[in-house]
Amino acid sequence: MTISRLTIHELHELLIKKEISATELTKEHLDRIRRLDSNVKAYITVTDELALKQAEAVDKKLAAGEKIGMLAGIPMSVKDNLCTEGIQTSCASRMLEGFKPQYNATVLEKLKAEDFVMLGKVNMDEFAMGSTTENSAFFHTRNPWNPDCVPGGSSGGSAASVAADLAVYSLGSDTGGSIRQPAAFCGVIGLKPTYGAVSRFGLIAFASSLDQIGPLAKDVTDIALIMNAISGYDKKDSTSANCNYPDYTASLNKSIKGMRIGLPKEYLGEGIDSDVEAQVLAAASKLEDLGAHVEECSLPHTRYAMPAYYLIAPAEASSNLGRYDGVRYGLRVQAKDVASMFCETRKQGFGPEVKRRIMLGTYALSSGYYDAYYLKALKVRNLVKQDYDKAFTQYDCLITPTAPTTALRKGNNQNPLTLYKSDICTIPTNLAGIPGLSLPYGVDRNGMPIGVQLLGKAFTEPALLQVAYSLEQNTSLTRLKPNQGKGI
Amino acid sequence: MDYEVVIGCEVHVELKTKTKIFCSCPTDFGGEPNTHVCPVCLGLPGTLPVLNKKVLEYAIKAGLALNCEIAQFSKFDRKNYFYPDLTKAYQISQFDLPICKNGYIDIETDKGKKRIGITRIHMEEDAGKLVHQGNTITTSAGSLVDYNRAGVPLIEIVSEPDMRSAEEVVEFLNSLKAIIEYTGVSDARMEQGSLRCDVNLSLRPVGQIEFGTRAEIKNLNSFRSVERVIQYEIDRQVDILESGGKVIQETRTWDESKGRTYSLRSKEDSDEYRYFPEPDLPPVIVMEDYIEKLRAELPEMPKEKRRRMIEKDGLPEYDAGIITASKALVDFYDAVHTHYGDAKKISNWIMGELLAKVNAEGIELNALKIQPEQMAALLKLVDSGEISGKIAKKVFAEMFETGNNPGDIIKKQGLMQISDETALKTMIEQVVETNPKSVEDYKAGKTKALGFLVGQIMKQSRGQANPAVINRLLVEKLNSM
Ligand SMILES: [Zn+2]
Repeated sequence: MTISRLTIHELHELLIKKEISATELTKEHLDRIRRLDSNVKAYITVTDELALKQAEAVDKKLAAGEKIGMLAGIPMSVKDNLCTEGIQTSCASRMLEGFKPQYNATVLEKLKAEDFVMLGKVNMDEFAMGSTTENSAFFHTRNPWNPDCVPGGSSGGSAASVAADLAVYSLGSDTGGSIRQPAAFCGVIGLKPTYGAVSRFGLIAFASSLDQIGPLAKDVTDIALIMNAISGYDKKDSTSANCNYPDYTASLNKSIKGMRIGLPKEYLGEGIDSDVEAQVLAAASKLEDLGAHVEECSLPHTRYAMPAYYLIAPAEASSNLGRYDGVRYGLRVQAKDVASMFCETRKQGFGPEVKRRIMLGTYALSSGYYDAYYLKALKVRNLVKQDYDKAFTQYDCLITPTAPTTALRKGNNQNPLTLYKSDICTIPTNLAGIPGLSLPYGVDRNGMPIGVQLLGKAFTEPALLQVAYSLEQNTSLTRLKPNQGKGI
Repeated sequence: MDYEVVIGCEVHVELKTKTKIFCSCPTDFGGEPNTHVCPVCLGLPGTLPVLNKKVLEYAIKAGLALNCEIAQFSKFDRKNYFYPDLTKAYQISQFDLPICKNGYIDIETDKGKKRIGITRIHMEEDAGKLVHQGNTITTSAGSLVDYNRAGVPLIEIVSEPDMRSAEEVVEFLNSLKAIIEYTGVSDARMEQGSLRCDVNLSLRPVGQIEFGTRAEIKNLNSFRSVERVIQYEIDRQVDILESGGKVIQETRTWDESKGRTYSLRSKEDSDEYRYFPEPDLPPVIVMEDYIEKLRAELPEMPKEKRRRMIEKDGLPEYDAGIITASKALVDFYDAVHTHYGDAKKISNWIMGELLAKVNAEGIELNALKIQPEQMAALLKLVDSGEISGKIAKKVFAEMFETGNNPGDIIKKQGLMQISDETALKTMIEQVVETNPKSVEDYKAGKTKALGFLVGQIMKQSRGQANPAVINRLLVEKLNSM
């Protein structure tokens, strides 16, 4: 048994039984990163000194007989759009290369309070815009299952680091599927929590009304443990929900007998790979075996979600990314006057996909187009939300594919429209602000992992975790590992 | 052709909150550049705004004082544009659902009473300040930016185009300033930039219903410049129209030293702000009982205060008008009045000596050294005959400078009124002796001579002699001669 393969709760047992020290565990991961990350290329920054210091602190506590938290001493990775005090937070962009925030994102403060160990910052699509991590300004990350495939995106570094056992878990962000799709492509579990359940303070914004931080991990229990640590009201984020947060592990063991599960027909059929569809249906039928009632349902406005998303997200992004003007931090390209300095800085600092979305968003918000595009998109967003509201009067959760296909091949993802379609199953969730979980469920004809997605009403993460957990406990299809020989 | 001028105002008022609108940095003036800043007001990546509740409270209070409807549902929007003083490349403001709308101010000019509509009031954040190393941003070799002002809360008050003369505009601004000051939500000082006014001005032939094309004039930093700019713009637009030209819709800036306006930008390139709802802030929901609570907290407004001063204190309308134009003045008046009963005497002193000194020395009314109780004490000393009115002015000047008590000043400088008959008789003897001509004139029936002799005695006593006592003793002496 390799310790790097273990989950948070398995490692926690070893730590408190003193069968392993946090330092040994951290060294093991740092060593793997040194040896193997040149194949995966998940990490932008490895914070080995910090990690060892954090691990040492946990060992001291253990030695002193103090009780430690579930996440204490467990090495993990952080997407590079989450602010880490004094550590480069680049958003995988030339624009923020060398940018070291003076503050931690709230999620990192919370993890710090849990004595976490941070191994480093991982790669992503520039400013979280993309589905392949090929939009990173620095380098491409490879899929640990097959180096010729992308890890998905934008949290590709997060998913790849967990899949390749270069981190026990990771924090990512999801604006239109950026946690769930890479989780599916890399065969790990990813949760996009309800909008407002996890503070966005310190998450470098892409589209503020859609962005949400969430965990990627190796099993369902780990996801619940991470949610226990990172969720909660934060007065620094006015969109954070001021309500009671559950113990996310509490419902895991409950039976799903009698649960009503919807299978939306709009998420199946045309455009969905047949292997993917087959596995979704297989998962649905497994749930029936376990006592749930599964039936087909309809979310009629699903097909309008993508065009609405590609107006709302770029519109917000065009505004959110305006601050990168070379005046205060990050890249500055000197020019003859201030307007030229703005232009040159933005021209050289942003990659093509970021520029494309800024252009799209600027256009959608321009006077004369606002009503036709942005306002209409908001109306569609409302309709999509209403579809879900209606469905959740009948169902406890919905089951769909996470992505229409398994991991895409690297290098031929130049057509943005084709790429945008790979988010078709995940985008509506963000528009509605509801939680979505991607769970691995078997592999396709090429041996690449398939993700099934569970969707629920706002703040019903415990129900999603319960369903995912019962699948995990009753099949061997959810805890998949890349073929180490073929992959990394 | 005869033209009618149509004027509306946009007034920015800086709210007097302790901290900024979306972070907890202090709003104090005068810190070293970039010392009142934090990651939030610097717009650093990943930071988020949190609304200062005091800003909402103050905006609602201003709205209530200006007779506005308060929106129970309003929201913030982003106004996007690039400028180095704007840390996020957008200003958080309110676009289509402002916190207050449909209010008014009643003003009074020589032409009578008039109601000026308030279209809306919205909340927004101020930007930073550029310090150019050359003259302007286009010609300077480099510019420095101070973000201490970034995120200071403002309300923008937009009037209806209801004003027809510079006089009305000045009256409107004076009333607005007084009302805002009364509510306590701002110092509303134009000279210090806590009240800033843009003027929208257009002309139309007398009798025409449609408005003409307007110019918006910015950068007005005193009531005087508002008056000047209005006259200048009327002349400029009349010249254009008379020579067959067309006024273009544009933003112009006022150059105080040159006394003229310059075009800043035309409409086409200014209005593309790509407003959209601020996704980082939830809508602002205000409950009816909260609005009522704030309404109950509002102090008496200038109009009501004026009426009360006239009816209860018996002041002339003119006096009441001058005193109520400034909250600080009213507060001073009220405080003196609690210690001293004669309202008219207080108002005479305030309008005469006090305002003369304040204006001459350019002192802020709420930075006065002289205290209301001291003022009351001074008036009592005059009433009791301990000092003369003339000496009182001298003592007042000293009190204004130093803030010392009138009694101390009088004692220290020996200014007590001389009513002692023995001392006065000696002075009278001397003056009568040295002015035989005047004595003869008096004896010959020229009563004017009496006044001259009294004056001479006053002079000799350095103003301290009690004039009534002198008069009596002098007449006695002259009649006995
Ligand atoms: Zn601040």
